[in-house]
Amino acid sequence: MYEAASSYISKEHEKFLKKVKRKNLMIRVTQLAFLIIFFVVWEILARYKIVDPFLVSQPSRMLKTILTLNQNGTLLTHIWVTLSETIVGFTLGTLIGMFVAILLWWSDFLSKVAEPYLVVLNSLPKIALGPIFIVWMGNGEAPIITMALAISLIVTIISLQTGFKEVDEEKIKLLKTFRATKMQILTKCVLPASVPTIMSAIKINIGLSWVGVITGEFLVSKAGLGYLIVYGGQIFKLDMVMTSVLILSILSALMYVFIVYLEKKLIRWR
Amino acid sequence: MHKIMVSLKNISFQYHTLEGETEALKNISFDVYEGEFVGIIGPSGCGKSTLLSIISGLLKPSTGSVEVNGKIGYMLQRDHLFEWRTIWQNVILGLEIQKILTQESKRYVEELLVKYGLREFKNYYPNQLSGGMRQRTALIRTLALKPDILLLDEAFSALDYQTRLAISDEVYKILKNEQKTAIIVTHDISEAIAMCDRIVVLSKRPAYIKRIYTISLTCDDYSPIGRRKAPEFREYFNSIWKELDIHV
Repeated sequence: MYEAASSYISKEHEKFLKKVKRKNLMIRVTQLAFLIIFFVVWEILARYKIVDPFLVSQPSRMLKTILTLNQNGTLLTHIWVTLSETIVGFTLGTLIGMFVAILLWWSDFLSKVAEPYLVVLNSLPKIALGPIFIVWMGNGEAPIITMALAISLIVTIISLQTGFKEVDEEKIKLLKTFRATKMQILTKCVLPASVPTIMSAIKINIGLSWVGVITGEFLVSKAGLGYLIVYGGQIFKLDMVMTSVLILSILSALMYVFIVYLEKKLIRWR
Repeated sequence: MHKIMVSLKNISFQYHTLEGETEALKNISFDVYEGEFVGIIGPSGCGKSTLLSIISGLLKPSTGSVEVNGKIGYMLQRDHLFEWRTIWQNVILGLEIQKILTQESKRYVEELLVKYGLREFKNYYPNQLSGGMRQRTALIRTLALKPDILLLDEAFSALDYQTRLAISDEVYKILKNEQKTAIIVTHDISEAIAMCDRIVVLSKRPAYIKRIYTISLTCDDYSPIGRRKAPEFREYFNSIWKELDIHV
């Protein structure tokens, strides 16, 4: 009765499964076709000068840009700089955000005190802090990572804190009837119950870390994809800009896919 | 005379809120004997659950004294199984919290699982189980700590009527089988009569004891469902209904 579906499959069910499978396949094919058509049309329009390749670039020129950048060995450096800054910013944002959110869950007093500050910091456009970071930390990676942190941290704290608060009071009462300590309530109930919230916070966090890093690189940088975009824009090399944007979207998509994979592993019980 | 398991003497309780003070319980005294099932019934919001929290020690009474001889186990309104834990991990939760997860206690829980038909579902997650199985899992989680007295706080009220009849029957049998004492808070008059040896009827807030019924039914089958067929059942029901004096 509670076993998984038996090995016997009726004709009708088989039909149904086939239909679902076909639909999923069609979705994938259409997605892929759209991408290919997009690039092909772009290439053709640029090649026949219907659009100006100087302004909108061109897939074949982007490929060439990648190859040239790769040849002089700078492509991987740029990618690595941006990627490492993002990973560091993201990790710090998640860990510090988690720590602060736990602290605020632990102490109601602290959370009440912090509330107006969180509200203000959340609505403040963090890019306004950029010049301050640069003055304080120079023009290395530090202000860029700090920018990523500034953009992602407050949102992380607020969403985690909300998630922690939404954990069923009755579940906590149950633990109290077992005479659980506050630490046990945190580790046995609040944290595991919040795994879905934590995962969605991480997903948001990843996007925001990219925003922060690229913003930071726009303001101050000597390398990185954000640097390439700004530099390319300044010398009117749209090939360089478009290529960097493309690489950026691939990287952020890969990172997202990785998180979704992690989520599936962690939340098996759903 | 049986051994007294729980003794309440002149219990009063006040809630404090910014708006003021609310008197929830007033001068409550009664004893619960070993092996006895005592029902607590009263209008909603009268402080039944507060009384249980006081007996279990989660709340301190404002005045009066509570004496408990034995370990207390608590059953809440819903099963509150942790969805991220397997059935096994759920039933050992209390043992884990109290750091008494030994070979011996594990064996005891294992026995309970076998006895109540959950052994094959050990590695399942709660959302793969039926309502009845979940309730049984919750019960085993409580029993794992070997409590002498069980407090049931409207333990079946989240279930639909049919499931509720079946599960209260099942829980009753398990508790009798394990020779536990039980205090059952409910707002369901029939359920109280079907399960309890005595019923304490509370008044509206501030709750005092209006009357204590000793239920004696003549029937062959002493399970809750059997007891519902006893000729005296209706009389008790009508009497308690009048006592509760519910106006809507």
